[in-house]
Amino acid sequence: MNRLEKKDRLIRLALLMIAFSAVSILAVITIFMFEQGTPIMFKYGLKSFLAGSDWYPSEKIFGLWPMIVGSFYVTLGALAIGVPFGLACSVVLTEFSSARLRRIIKPVIELLAGIPSVVYGFMGMVILVPFIRKTFGGPGLSVLAASIILGIMILPTIISISIDAILAIPPSYRAGSIALGATPWQTVRMVILPAARSGIIASIILGMGRAIGETMAVIMVAGNAVGVPGSLLAPVRTLTSNIALEMGYAAGEHRQALFATGVILFIIIMILNTIANVTSSGRKRKTKA
Amino acid sequence: MSLDPRTSQRVARTVLWGMTILTVAVLLFIIFFILRKGLPALSLEFLTKNPVDMGKEGGIFSTIIGTLVLTALAILIATPLGVGTAIYLTEYTWENAVTRVIRFGAECLAGIPSIIFGLFGFILFVTKLGFGWSILSGGLTLAFMILPTIIRTSEEAIKSVPAAYRQVSFSLGGTKWQTVTRVVLPAALPGIVTGIILSIGRSIGETAAVIFTAGSALRIPTSLFSSSRTMSVHFYILAREGISMPRAYGTAAVLVIAILIVNIATYTLMNKFIKKYS
Amino acid sequence: MPADPVAIRVIRFSQYYGAERTLDGLNLEVFRNEILGIIGPARSGKSTFLCALNRLNDLVRGSRVEGRIEIDGRNIYDPDTDVIELRRKLGTVFATPVPLPRSIFENIAFGPRMAGIRDRARLDEIVRDSLEKGGLFEEVKDRLGTSGLKLSGGQQQRLCLARILALKPEFILLDEPTSGLDPISTMKIEDSLRKLKKGYTIILVTNNTKQAARIADRTAFFLNGELVEIGPTADVFTAPMDRRTDDYLRGRFG
Repeated sequence: MNRLEKKDRLIRLALLMIAFSAVSILAVITIFMFEQGTPIMFKYGLKSFLAGSDWYPSEKIFGLWPMIVGSFYVTLGALAIGVPFGLACSVVLTEFSSARLRRIIKPVIELLAGIPSVVYGFMGMVILVPFIRKTFGGPGLSVLAASIILGIMILPTIISISIDAILAIPPSYRAGSIALGATPWQTVRMVILPAARSGIIASIILGMGRAIGETMAVIMVAGNAVGVPGSLLAPVRTLTSNIALEMGYAAGEHRQALFATGVILFIIIMILNTIANVTSSGRKRKTKA
Repeated sequence: MSLDPRTSQRVARTVLWGMTILTVAVLLFIIFFILRKGLPALSLEFLTKNPVDMGKEGGIFSTIIGTLVLTALAILIATPLGVGTAIYLTEYTWENAVTRVIRFGAECLAGIPSIIFGLFGFILFVTKLGFGWSILSGGLTLAFMILPTIIRTSEEAIKSVPAAYRQVSFSLGGTKWQTVTRVVLPAALPGIVTGIILSIGRSIGETAAVIFTAGSALRIPTSLFSSSRTMSVHFYILAREGISMPRAYGTAAVLVIAILIVNIATYTLMNKFIKKYS
Repeated sequence: MPADPVAIRVIRFSQYYGAERTLDGLNLEVFRNEILGIIGPARSGKSTFLCALNRLNDLVRGSRVEGRIEIDGRNIYDPDTDVIELRRKLGTVFATPVPLPRSIFENIAFGPRMAGIRDRARLDEIVRDSLEKGGLFEEVKDRLGTSGLKLSGGQQQRLCLARILALKPEFILLDEPTSGLDPISTMKIEDSLRKLKKGYTIILVTNNTKQAARIADRTAFFLNGELVEIGPTADVFTAPMDRRTDDYLRGRFG
């Protein structure tokens, strides 16, 4: 065998090992998370851990329920803002305006996806929170504030991916609809949106993942009080904030409880990812015909 | 209340355009607000002097260094791993169970929030491996975070190199590795570099993963094991502790401008790449 | 001792891509310093045959062979064959000219560089020699540093020819090399091949039966992966032995 071919075989082996790096890292992260976080969950009982409504680390009371609800509310709120406005933008930029306008605005929106989350949180802190306090009362640091900031943060994701999904629709779909006398809005409602459905759903799930995983911005505007929020204006603590706020000084079982919080978060995200993968590949198979 | 199509068209158009303008306005407002409040604080002194008195006075020089060093380390680790993985997936195997597992790993990794990376980095690097709060811990953690992005963009770039080029190289007696290094990688380079630049942007803005691994020491780092503060972490601390608003805005402005530069670089490169192959 | 007049022996050779059999029990010989034309309709196995000779078929998923192909006495499907060397020995020109995105000089030098030749003077000589043999030197001698992509279609194809000549092959395999070219470029390439015959053994796969009639010494007719007939070109064209050959040449199918 040629000397060069022998070298090739070695390189192939080396690359195979490198390629496994991503999988290995994922495996190591998962193993560590679970190794550090699960023991304490079972020590105090899974039910009390997930459903307990009190979190007093110094007295070894670890109940994550308020944080789970907090993450849920805040994500829901973010979607309530991000999805309608995001879809509106996508539709306008693809169907109701010129390609040139889109070529200018889409990069700007994608630029905003790169702005650090702490900057968004900061804007919330200095503008939105005082505004909410003045207009609606309450501390300002609230579910509402967190929802709005997160909603704004996931807009670039939803817009960018939805635009790509809509642009991928064959022009014949539109042409067919217009030829039947439909207005652009009717075309959008009855042809475009259904056709782009899988891409749009993917963008929403991606946005949802971002919202659930966001930490810094939420800490800056949500108030971080432990307790199931009673209203939009009540302060809230999410699973992510819980970890970030106390990591710095937690020790012993307190620290392990935070790892356990990470495990819960990790599981939720994995479930979301799997749903996203299954929906998008399932849809892909359907549209191949 | 069923409207006739033409009216509903007009209503829809107005509402949608309204929402769009509001969205774009809000997004633009964020950038302009930061720049307007932050640019006045920017001066040569701000950029070249270290923070004094926990950041109440002075500049942000050590945090700029921290950001640069941390980002550089992350890129140095993640690029060979990511590009190597992409090369293996596209050039050295056909689609099979192994490649699907590797891709699944990379995609899952992409969806993990940064706080979990911070947690993981803290457990493994800072604590178990004993690196402590350090550039090494931070760099490794960031590297793992940006790895999926580099794999994805590199794979796309490599896949878009015409198959004919490879056929030519093989028919002239080239080995796989020679074909990869002499034909495929040079042609895929703009796309790969785009992915790297995107990852640089992400690393610059990252806070949650960094603060728990690289710490927040204000001195200029002297070794891989020194703790160091990045601009994002510094900004977060300044803002949340209310240490100095003008300096907070200034740091935010530097961050935003850095991201702007990164994005412009990405677009220029991407356009060059597209032009080359159309 | 006179060299074996038979350069390539194909013995009961079959090629499989997965479950699909693309070449079926081929038996033929290629004589040294001849131009062998291979004609036949689409998907008859002509291109697959070339890929079997230079073992580019190895790159196809699920590739499997039966039988032997002996070049210079040795079975090229022996496990310890140096495939790299084999591919240098059998230079291949494909239907679509594919200049690499580099200068004309670097295109030609590409093969030799991979083979380890680094000396600039030697590379200069190789490039000049190859371009002359490929009939392109006069046209590009002043612009060897410009991009190969800037050449016309015909020039690009001659560049591809020169590129393989740089490796000093024994055989030149061509897969429908002029199918996309204008008549003048076609003629230039056919002229080059006639001249090259003296130093190389040439196998020319072509869709254009008239081209085979023009320059091939012998012609083989492939159909559905089988070798139907092979013989001196004049004989095959004027008095084919197989009914199918006759039908194809008369255009009754194709």
